[in-house]
Amino acid sequence: MPAPTCASCQAARAALRRPRSGQALCGACFCAAFEAEVLHTVQRGRLLPPGAVVAVGASGGKDSTVLAHVLRALAPRLDITLHLVAVDEGISGYRDAALAAVRSQAASWELPLTIVAYADLFGGWTMDAVARSTAGSGRSRSCCTFCGVLRRRALEEGARRVGATHIVTGHNADDMAETVLMNFLRGDAGRLARGGGLGSAGEGGALPRCRPLQLASQKEVVLYAHFRRLRYFSRECSFAPEAFRGHARQLLKLLEAARPSAVLDLVHSAERLALVPAARPPRPGTCSRCGALASRALCQACALLDGLNRGRPRLAIGKGRRGLDEELEDAGPGPESRGSGSAAAESKAIPAAPPVPLGTGEGGGRAGAWEL
Amino acid sequence: MAAPLSVEVEFGGGAELLFDGIKKHQVILPGREEPWDIRNLLVWIKKNLLKEQPELFLLGDSVRPGILVLINDADWELLGELDYQLQDQDSVLFISTLHGG
Repeated sequence: MPAPTCASCQAARAALRRPRSGQALCGACFCAAFEAEVLHTVQRGRLLPPGAVVAVGASGGKDSTVLAHVLRALAPRLDITLHLVAVDEGISGYRDAALAAVRSQAASWELPLTIVAYADLFGGWTMDAVARSTAGSGRSRSCCTFCGVLRRRALEEGARRVGATHIVTGHNADDMAETVLMNFLRGDAGRLARGGGLGSAGEGGALPRCRPLQLASQKEVVLYAHFRRLRYFSRECSFAPEAFRGHARQLLKLLEAARPSAVLDLVHSAERLALVPAARPPRPGTCSRCGALASRALCQACALLDGLNRGRPRLAIGKGRRGLDEELEDAGPGPESRGSGSAAAESKAIPAAPPVPLGTGEGGGRAGAWEL
Repeated sequence: MAAPLSVEVEFGGGAELLFDGIKKHQVILPGREEPWDIRNLLVWIKKNLLKEQPELFLLGDSVRPGILVLINDADWELLGELDYQLQDQDSVLFISTLHGG
């Protein structure tokens, strides 16, 4: 059967049917609608005000490629400037190839590119090194747990280096829905409660972040890239098969096949959640080492790196985390009192390799424990 | 008896890794009693093109959820999905959406 005519221009053959409205559109009209929706998301939420210097988290992958392309098209209208910030986690055979794609994109878009590397920021701890350190424990390596926390920190650092006022990432609706499932499955009430909304305002001195594509389904992101003939890097991270997110993704895909609106419905459900009083997380303080926002004595990044440096990588993961907190409480506060905001802190109470400084520390704390 | 068909089968978004890394395949589908539809094409692809891990491309008699199918640059949803009957010179593109980005 032939495809219907585009409902918008009435001229070209329709190329797809939009999942929410059921409207059949041709490639060109779909791309225009997609861009208009991103513009609407940004404007309605006042996410990127005029004059904003926007650091775009760029991985070379489909989401950040579409994000950068769309924002670049909208930049004159929004009156914003864009800088690409790519994070080099040090994953051989994967990230080096992806970075080549980002460099090529930066050149063709004529956008400045800054690359920040784990090796430099975190005292030599590349993801390959983390994987070696956590291997052989007889359980999942939890590499991705480290990477998620450290990458957010690295992105923040890169954004500061380019003088950005805002950070944007390419998370799409499917990513958000997967995260909701993961948080439920792990009993993470704190993250469930905080994961909603279009972005974080930036607490404790962290830069405001938002996800302009978060209402776009992954399918539409891929189709947009196809119709706009955008080239992106589509190899899977070497560690991805180990990630817990893979289970959530698989479940989500099966659910979506049965009920296409499940993706956005999950996100909306999470936005409407209220926690019982006993489950509400306490007000966060600041990391005693680097000054970033933290719900415990050490922020997640410092705690993870501490575990790695002490040869006990699982120290800050899951139940092991409680052991770390108890140690710190027994040892008492270090020379800097909580909340001093000084980085490169030397906490003499903990016998360990010198703590890894997480950047200059001026200007207050950083994005802390609140990962997506 | 349906005549043989010349069809371009293309893989993208990482799906090509299951097909020796080759994105575009010009294939000749042999003549047969019934017309070729996408369902038959998938069986043919599994037998003749798929090099590894069929479970990453196929689920049951269809593609794995997360793999988009475009026929002549249009979403197969508009054209009957598995029941679409292939014509000579058609182009079928399979795009995987299953990687981080």
